[in-house]
Amino acid sequence: MKYSYFPGCSLKGLGRAYEESLLPVMRHLGAEMNELDDWNCCGATAYMSVDEQLACVLAARNLALAEKAGARDLITPCSACYLVLNKTKHYIEDSPAIRAAVERGLGAAGLKCEGTTSVRHPLDVLVNDIGLDVIKEKVVRPLKGLKVAPYYGCQVVRPYATFDDAWNPTTMDRLLTTLGAEVVHYPLKTKCCGASLTGTLPEIGLRLTYILLKEAVRRGADVIATICPLCQFNLDAYHHQIEQRWGPVRIPTVYFTQLMGIAFGLPAKQLALGRSFIPFRMPSAKAGEAVAPRT
Amino acid sequence: MNAGAGTEIRTGFYICHCGQNIAGVVDCPAVAEYVARLPSVVVSRDYKYMCSDPGQELIKQDIREHNLNRIVVASCSPLLHEHTFRHAVEAGGLNPFLFQMVNIREHDSWVHTDHAAATEKAKALAYAAVRRVRFHTALETKRVSVHPDVLVVGGGIAGIHASLTLANAGKKVFLVEREPSIGGHMAKFDKTFPTLDCAACILTPKMSAVGAHENITLWSYSEVVKVEGYVGNYQVTVKRKPRYVNEELCIGCQECIRACVYKEAKFPDEFNVGMGKRKPIYIPFPQAVPQVVVIDPARCLQVKSGKCKQTCVEACADRRAIDFTQREELVQIKVGNIIVTTGFKLFDAKRIPQYGYGVYPNVVTSIELERLVTSSGPTGGELLLRDGRTPQSVAFILCVGSRDYRTNRWCSRTCCMHSMKLAQLVREHTGADVTVFYLDIRAPGKGCEEFYDKSLKDGIQFVRGRVAEVTDWAVTPEEEGKLVIRAEDTLAGLVRRIPVDMIVLAVGMEPQSDAQDLRRLFNMSCGTEGWFLEKHPKLAPVSTFTDGVFIAGCCQGPKDIPDSIAQAGAAAAEAMALIDRGYIEQEPNTAYVVEEDCSGCKSCIPICPYTAITFDEAKAKACINPALCKGCGTCVAACPSGSIRQHLFEDEEIMSEIEGVLSHA
Repeated sequence: MKYSYFPGCSLKGLGRAYEESLLPVMRHLGAEMNELDDWNCCGATAYMSVDEQLACVLAARNLALAEKAGARDLITPCSACYLVLNKTKHYIEDSPAIRAAVERGLGAAGLKCEGTTSVRHPLDVLVNDIGLDVIKEKVVRPLKGLKVAPYYGCQVVRPYATFDDAWNPTTMDRLLTTLGAEVVHYPLKTKCCGASLTGTLPEIGLRLTYILLKEAVRRGADVIATICPLCQFNLDAYHHQIEQRWGPVRIPTVYFTQLMGIAFGLPAKQLALGRSFIPFRMPSAKAGEAVAPRT
Repeated sequence: MNAGAGTEIRTGFYICHCGQNIAGVVDCPAVAEYVARLPSVVVSRDYKYMCSDPGQELIKQDIREHNLNRIVVASCSPLLHEHTFRHAVEAGGLNPFLFQMVNIREHDSWVHTDHAAATEKAKALAYAAVRRVRFHTALETKRVSVHPDVLVVGGGIAGIHASLTLANAGKKVFLVEREPSIGGHMAKFDKTFPTLDCAACILTPKMSAVGAHENITLWSYSEVVKVEGYVGNYQVTVKRKPRYVNEELCIGCQECIRACVYKEAKFPDEFNVGMGKRKPIYIPFPQAVPQVVVIDPARCLQVKSGKCKQTCVEACADRRAIDFTQREELVQIKVGNIIVTTGFKLFDAKRIPQYGYGVYPNVVTSIELERLVTSSGPTGGELLLRDGRTPQSVAFILCVGSRDYRTNRWCSRTCCMHSMKLAQLVREHTGADVTVFYLDIRAPGKGCEEFYDKSLKDGIQFVRGRVAEVTDWAVTPEEEGKLVIRAEDTLAGLVRRIPVDMIVLAVGMEPQSDAQDLRRLFNMSCGTEGWFLEKHPKLAPVSTFTDGVFIAGCCQGPKDIPDSIAQAGAAAAEAMALIDRGYIEQEPNTAYVVEEDCSGCKSCIPICPYTAITFDEAKAKACINPALCKGCGTCVAACPSGSIRQHLFEDEEIMSEIEGVLSHA
């Protein structure tokens, strides 16, 4: 299996641990990831809200590059990139004005965007293309006794519920169960993490983050698994400020790919576990007392 | 050209304006003028309302004055007025089949906006009819007797009422019910809106009356599997599932239930929607009709494995009502009319995961609450949370699976009133605070608005807005340990979080999951939403497109008890009208064999859906029974030698009509 890969800026910066765990996991499963040559910023949600047309042209350049490279699927791990690229595809299809702007802009660079490449999230590819049975075969260290709160964030299922339910996605739940983990009931799985409000309006943003953390702890989770770099950052980086306001709600947040790597027995070093502020350790490392009886 | 062979064809043509329905698009005088110049046309007129008495009088008068022998009327659909005009033709002294109707409303003016093109289309259709009608011959309608018995399918309140109405009028009724008892959904209700009278008190007398009526044959635990024949003469096959208890011998003493080797009731009980428990041998509910026990083959050890002490048989002793040798049985009956009252199914609340049904134990559906507040229910009428506490606060969410483009778009009509009734019962039972989340309150029935008013005055809170989600995460201390409803209050313009102990989902109504099978079985139609389709939404609300098959109650669409009863009565009256007249007139459009051309190949015999064709061994020719032929035309098309023809669809009639459409100028 060969996939084109669009990392986006996060996976080269704050979200490096995501890329550093995703690539070895994909390699381990025999999937080839070819990073798109000369990719550019997706524009994120910020540019879309300033100038929709230009934002679409910017994002469409990545789609055009992927088409030029002959990619059927473009793996896009960052939820914001995933949403913006999908949105751009929809807008080009639905709006003649945007289509014209994109044709003009890309045409000047000798590029074309015809919508032949699918924008895919790695969670979708792993579960629906590669399959849980293949993943199960690779599990050498089942995550026995690990209680995980599956946290999807908002952008991957809304507004485009492309591969899962918009209200109650379960793809990651099934994946985590396959890895041997115990999934806790976490009804906040698609609630907002605060996004950039943690920086701009901390009173609101941090409160949203706090609720997510508090509820994960209350439901007995050992760790929160996420699929989005901004979610991971918000849930991991603000514990100090949250503790000052509301008291401690200490729980680590990792990428689902990191948990996959652990279950596959990949060396911890390869999985960038050390990059989090709140360190994550398997509960079985604590003398096995937290191991739940699972069959 | 037999009838009138040798005589000159003299055609009268009439185009109807239908007020502005046709004349607003089609230039009627221009069409009349065009037709007037066609060969054989003697009279050509346009008139504002041809179906009116003066309109019909025109036809009669012209037949007499101009010696007409063919009539063509261009107006609406033949479904509406073909009979009217045939009648007028007959009253004018002509055979009613020397007439042809052209539909220039549904097929033309209502579906086109280009006036000139629509007028040309009307001319083409008129020309075709004028050409066709030349070949029409005088035909006679035939009378077929109507079997006086009626089949009613489904023993809910609609089926019960239809059966009793017919039986009280002296008609014999077969009532077939799929479940072990009749009673349907209504039997599960505690009280009924808006009068708050006890549902069982008004239903069970009718149920007992069905059980005891000499004119009603009640087959519970049975299903209709095959329907053949046609209006007045249906042959129906009913599958009687084995209940392993002889209905004639069982007296409902329930000694067998007490004696069952399962000492405790441990299987989910259908009547209490899974909240109570029953044994493998059980009686569905105290007032069940027939008052006969039933054995669940999926649970009973004897049925499953043949290895049981059969303590039930022992307990039944000399009565010997329990019979493990019972097998599924197919019974054939003949009836003249069929009334379908198969009801609805409730929306599955799990389809809206954000409301937490199946996740949070204190999120219940409205029918579950109904069982929880009724004294025959699993808690004996005590309304408790799953942990045994009495709820302090209860919220209702309306329109769950109704008025929602993601699930069902229709309004289920009863849930507003049903929820307000339950809200009052909750207040009565527990004194809890009740909040109702609604989109619009629909309380149009008699006494219903007054009931809404009373609910408001009684202190039930109403919040307008579709609930976004039900969850259990708390942000304030008051929310800890509660279910939290998050909803936009569209009147206050706020997003609200309301913590409560119990949430009731007012689930809507849906067509039965096997509605499509039933539709095929009884040869009915379904609307796009899956409800059975009435023949006309206003004028024939209980008839279907198949004569002699009627519908009533919620299988036609959501409705409350009074509306279901009204429809059931109407369906019974429609059936009685056919029975008491005693005969139906059949269209003479039957197929017939031209014997000298028939080679006796028999290829027509197996393809006839009505088994109307037999083989005459003496003549070695096919022979069509006109009483059975429904005029479908299948044999006409299939006959390799072209020796089967059909009245009103003769080759020359059809060919000249087609040529007319294609060649008009």
